[in-house]
Amino acid sequence: MNRRDFLKTTSLAAVSTAVLGSAVFNNVSAAELTDSPPPKKPFDEALKEITGGKPVSDSDKVKLIAPEIAENGAVVPVTVEVELPVEQVKAIHILADKNWNAKTISVYFTPANGKAYISTRIRLAETMNVVAVAQLADGSFIKAQKPVKVTIGGCG
Amino acid sequence: MARQALVKINPKDYKKGDLIRVDSVIMHPMDTGLVKDKESGKYIAAHHITNVEVYYGDEKITWMDVYGSVSANPFISFYVKATKTAPLKIVWKDNKGEVTEKVIDIKVD
Repeated sequence: MNRRDFLKTTSLAAVSTAVLGSAVFNNVSAAELTDSPPPKKPFDEALKEITGGKPVSDSDKVKLIAPEIAENGAVVPVTVEVELPVEQVKAIHILADKNWNAKTISVYFTPANGKAYISTRIRLAETMNVVAVAQLADGSFIKAQKPVKVTIGGCG
Repeated sequence: MARQALVKINPKDYKKGDLIRVDSVIMHPMDTGLVKDKESGKYIAAHHITNVEVYYGDEKITWMDVYGSVSANPFISFYVKATKTAPLKIVWKDNKGEVTEKVIDIKVD
């Protein structure tokens, strides 16, 4: 066997293992398929589920930090802090008003948290408002909202 | 198989009564159920975290309902008041019944 032949056979072998390897990997990572998407939950419905129809007032006690322009809707950092003693805050709900399911995350607090604070990364399908609703211990609700411009959507 | 998860606390040195920020990340695809498979035209089934629970010692101090529109490999950060030496346990549950736990120790003098 001369050098030329040796290179040909080994490179072929390398290519075939690479192809086979990726095929096997694809099979392993392939997700389950279904015919229908999950049920849609528009913003009004989601808000009603959270508040039970109670009024929600705007408040500057809810600090919502989100970018004005998100280049990638798949990863939008959002931070919410309620500037009240944590004993008075029961939960923070983050909603995205034009997503398929407007509910994004609900966080429930106890006094052991020390601070009503949540920071996470969410997906936005298009340009929309991000709404932070705080549920207070006395049963009332306060909120803050911020429009976020999205250039590439993140929900498929 | 348990998923890979990472938990960090900030600041690293703290005293009793200090507020510490807990940053957590778990490796999870967070499939929303809205993405179509290119070959078959069917939807890729929803597979995402639904619940996160945080225990400090025996006490459940915070819990979350998570929906599909949280980004893949979800990052979650929250505060804890360091009042005692106890393990801090974070439990992630997804809609297919997978459970991942991660424990870190909080030590105060």
